[in-house]
Amino acid sequence: MIEVSTDWYLTLAAVLFSIGFIGMMIRKNALIMFMCIELMLNSVNLTFITASKHFGTIEGQISVFFVLVVAAAEVVVGLAIIVSIFKKQSSASVDLLRTSRG
Amino acid sequence: MLEIALFAVPAGLVILGALIVVFAKNPVHNSMGLVLTLASLAIIYITLNATFVAMVQMLVYAGAVMTLFLFVIMMIGVDKPEQTREEIKGQTLLVSGTLFILVGIISYVVINSGFKWDLYFPAVEYSLEGTPDLIASTLFTEWILPFEIISILLIVATAAAIALAYDTKARKQK
Repeated sequence: MIEVSTDWYLTLAAVLFSIGFIGMMIRKNALIMFMCIELMLNSVNLTFITASKHFGTIEGQISVFFVLVVAAAEVVVGLAIIVSIFKKQSSASVDLLRTSRG
Repeated sequence: MLEIALFAVPAGLVILGALIVVFAKNPVHNSMGLVLTLASLAIIYITLNATFVAMVQMLVYAGAVMTLFLFVIMMIGVDKPEQTREEIKGQTLLVSGTLFILVGIISYVVINSGFKWDLYFPAVEYSLEGTPDLIASTLFTEWILPFEIISILLIVATAAAIALAYDTKARKQK
């Protein structure tokens, strides 16, 4: 009888984080990169909730709320930046950005 | 058996959605893949006794954040193909190769170290249900200071978004 243990959830979180990180590295559309950041944040949330269940404490779930709020704030500011960049050069590709180059 | 199915089916959907996010060409498809991932994660949260977090995940992430993403996709358009020219020669290959080597080394070390972490940190016998009652009573007593600080962060983010998106040039021309 196989039982679903904590390791399984942690492995899923690791796989999800890796997929998000690979996407962050290989995609060039700023919007898609934001979605990949969301994937990584969600894998961290999964780790928090798994730890919360494993140790029988509620603090892990509280931390998820803070991650959620920070993610929402980050998406709001990031999308505003993308929109204002798009207005200037009508492209959301990060490779074409040269405005903050030293 | 049911327990394994309740883990495996949502986990498969999570990974499928994540792969759609990374590899789909159309941004609308990417965001739909993200919805799939977030909704399946909510199911996993329920199996981990975090019912309230699962509901918030559905409302905030799959609802509000995804609507925001779709709005921005609508504003900047999806008909433009992504530019794939490499600024540095072979950058995609270089990054993927480095990543695979790094992950390989870390996995090899972790698997062969023989460290049994659940011996040092054993799982508890009882299970704790993450009800709104329990979460609120902890959040508003022990965690009240971070809670207040995060409200400041939200206000700053809102003000920043308005300041960034506010078109001053178009305003002056009127």
